[in-house]
Amino acid sequence: MTAQTISSPALPIRKNESSGLRNSFRYLRRNRQLAIGLGILVFLILFSGIGYFYVDKNTAYALGAPAGKAPSWEHPFGTDGQGRELFAVAVYGIWETLRIGFIAGLIGLGFGSFLGFSSAFFGGWYDVIVRWVVDVLLTVPGLLILVVIASTLDNKSFTLTRMAFIIALTAWMGPARTVRAQVLTMRERPYVMMARLNGMNSWGIIFRELVPNLLPYLGASLVGSVTGAIFATVGLAGLGLGPLREPTIGVTIYWAMGQNALLRGMWWWLMMPILITILIFIMLFLISAGLDEVANPRVRRTI
Amino acid sequence: MSLSYLLRRILLVFLIIWSAATLNFFIPKLTPRNPLREKLLEQASRSGYIPPGFNEMVKSYEKKFGLDQPVWKQYLTYMNDMAHFNLGYSISNFPKTVPELIGQAIWWTIGLLTATTLISFFLGTLLGALMAWSRSSFIFRQVVPSLLVLGAVPPFIVGLLLIYLVAFKWQLLPLGGAYDTTNLPTWDFSFFLDILKHSILPALAFILTTAGGWAIGMRGMMVTVQGEDYMTFAEAKGLKNWRLFYRYAVRNALLPQITGLAISFSYIVGGSVLVESVFRYPGLGSLLATAIRQLDYFLIYGIVFILIVAIGIAMFIVDLIYPLLDPRIAYEGK
Amino acid sequence: MIKTPGRISGGQILLGDTDLTKLSEEEMRQVRASQISMVPQGAINSLNPVMRVRDQIIDSMLDHNLGLSKAEMIERANAALEAVELNLKVGRMYPHELSGGMKQRACIAISIAMSPQVIIADEPTSALDVVTQRQVMQTIGRLQERMGSAVILIGHDMGLMAQFVNRMAVMYAGSLAELGSVQDIFTHPLHPYTQMLIESLPVLGNRGVFKGIPGITPLLRDLPPGCVFNTRCPHVMDVCRHKTPVFKEYTPGHWAACHLHEK
Repeated sequence: MTAQTISSPALPIRKNESSGLRNSFRYLRRNRQLAIGLGILVFLILFSGIGYFYVDKNTAYALGAPAGKAPSWEHPFGTDGQGRELFAVAVYGIWETLRIGFIAGLIGLGFGSFLGFSSAFFGGWYDVIVRWVVDVLLTVPGLLILVVIASTLDNKSFTLTRMAFIIALTAWMGPARTVRAQVLTMRERPYVMMARLNGMNSWGIIFRELVPNLLPYLGASLVGSVTGAIFATVGLAGLGLGPLREPTIGVTIYWAMGQNALLRGMWWWLMMPILITILIFIMLFLISAGLDEVANPRVRRTI
Repeated sequence: MSLSYLLRRILLVFLIIWSAATLNFFIPKLTPRNPLREKLLEQASRSGYIPPGFNEMVKSYEKKFGLDQPVWKQYLTYMNDMAHFNLGYSISNFPKTVPELIGQAIWWTIGLLTATTLISFFLGTLLGALMAWSRSSFIFRQVVPSLLVLGAVPPFIVGLLLIYLVAFKWQLLPLGGAYDTTNLPTWDFSFFLDILKHSILPALAFILTTAGGWAIGMRGMMVTVQGEDYMTFAEAKGLKNWRLFYRYAVRNALLPQITGLAISFSYIVGGSVLVESVFRYPGLGSLLATAIRQLDYFLIYGIVFILIVAIGIAMFIVDLIYPLLDPRIAYEGK
Repeated sequence: MIKTPGRISGGQILLGDTDLTKLSEEEMRQVRASQISMVPQGAINSLNPVMRVRDQIIDSMLDHNLGLSKAEMIERANAALEAVELNLKVGRMYPHELSGGMKQRACIAISIAMSPQVIIADEPTSALDVVTQRQVMQTIGRLQERMGSAVILIGHDMGLMAQFVNRMAVMYAGSLAELGSVQDIFTHPLHPYTQMLIESLPVLGNRGVFKGIPGITPLLRDLPPGCVFNTRCPHVMDVCRHKTPVFKEYTPGHWAACHLHEK
């Protein structure tokens, strides 16, 4: 019998990590999803960042421009039925949407990972309570909680930043669960045992051994929270909750639907916010799938 | 099925419903204003006349959120009402009660969501399994995965896109609604077809966006399962390809998917609210959107409460099915 | 069953008169379990966790056109369970309800259910404790005598080999080092690797002294030129470093691949 299999034992080949920047570029060439996702993010930020200086913000509000103009050289994205310059709405809307997403996502991640971390590390009753609270709240749609809160508050006293803080209320459960699960598995890994045997104290173990290994998961978690937060802003605005005068993507969808943009023949009014939303969500998806590959290099998930 | 498993699941459902009710009670109390009362007065003064029975409504409201009693007592009364599904009157559809309005709408939502969730779950799971199966054709391993990107987009956005393309531009299917309102609903086959025709686009918006998530989850599990020892041994047993695929690989990879199904109800219901309102589908989502527009607080709180109760019940059903699929779970409680 | 990038680079696998390497995938599938079966290494994880044991014996019969009725298959499955000394009740149990030794027996029951001519046992006892190991090996031995099949036992435990096998082949880094009867190999080992393997066995009355083989096996994708063992051989010569030794018969039935014995 001479049937032969050639197996290649996976040897960890660690290259010298001196020039960090060049290495990250080289890594991005292999991780195409992450590269494309980050590329879209940079493009969106540049688009609204540069636009911020050149586009008059007043034209993004109602009656700031002639109403109902189709896209043309003068009005690149057209104007809506209430006289908003849609190009200006895109510039400011993308900025505000990303800003709300990141504020809410960061707060959610911070609070959630603190809870997840502490409950996994200290265990006991505290852990039991945190786990139950997270389990229960995860089954309640965040959007519905936000609907109750936002409808109770006065639309007029709403600012975008306040909206971000309210959305953060529902953005911490996911990170709490992920971080808790990760810390629980890491706590049992040999290198943590070694650190403990060597007499390192709890804080030393947390900051020297656990946190660095958690970073990729925290990154993926952040993208998850930001995605949830952006979904919530767009969704709330689509239902007519939140600051309806501000030029955001979700608010534009709300007005385009409520004012029958399609039946009035103004397809661009609806399509602009929809295409931008799709772009934003695909960007977040690609970044998250890319980060997943960083966190679990063994599970290859090429799309 | 062990008792402790069952008890834990029942406790979870109970906690979910309890927290939903409590949320509904306390959130309005957190604001310094009293929006409910304001709204009632505003409604009364705007319409110029006070509808008959309105006083009774104000009284029932006062009683429920009454200012004359200590908070814990209000809370107990409120909880008692909730336990009896006594959700009060709708402000803008007075004298209809909230349960009446919900009762009309809920069957549309349950019908649409059950059908689309089942289709999307089985379609997505099957696609994911085929994507990971090493003997699948090129199409499943290379082409289908690029469709997963659709799963990143919220369902109602895809719904709007479908409305624009299919219903508005090509005029293939109706723009919205659940049936043709120019005809009187008659319970015959053509009416059924009409309902089906109206539900295609909302259902498609759902299936296109949620099937991707199932496919991704299933693919990951299939990769893991295919590395298990029992797959190697099963191949050495000379089994046919389909038996290896269904009875060994899919059957084992499916278990975490079922757990995922229970967790995903909250996302599905949250998404359905928006999809329904985009398509003006007469379910709870559209009712909620209307209630928000009319600032009909009792109706808003009532719908949110009922939706969360429905999620709890759906999760419980899945939890009951799960031990039938995994023989190991029954012994977990020992 | 070889996964890419592995492939069959050459040679023949003869079973009776058929060359298995020439069979199509479907024909090979028919051969598996009915003519050549396998007893897996990690019995703990080799059973499908969501199927009853008896169904796992039967499903392989279902896929082999045996022309048996359902009742006959159940009968055969029960006979297989009895043959490996398992209670018939075990057939209706799920794998998680069995102990390690019972799982290994269940795996053996699956592989003998169709009375194959060849049984490949890949370290069938490596995951079991010593007592169970012995019982399982005795069961395999009894079954072999009863069915008259050939058993190919793969393993590194020379003590187990000495007790169980008749003819034995020693492999190193993917190629044959030595082949012969157990008596020949243990009394006159030709290849240095075989010699060192035998010396590494613990001997009663000589406590505390263990001999190992210094060095590690080379990477299979990066084999040394010449004899693959030259990096660890105590008798290494110049010729070993550039010329691959020929595998040939030195005494009747006793083969080896080593320059030491070439004239």
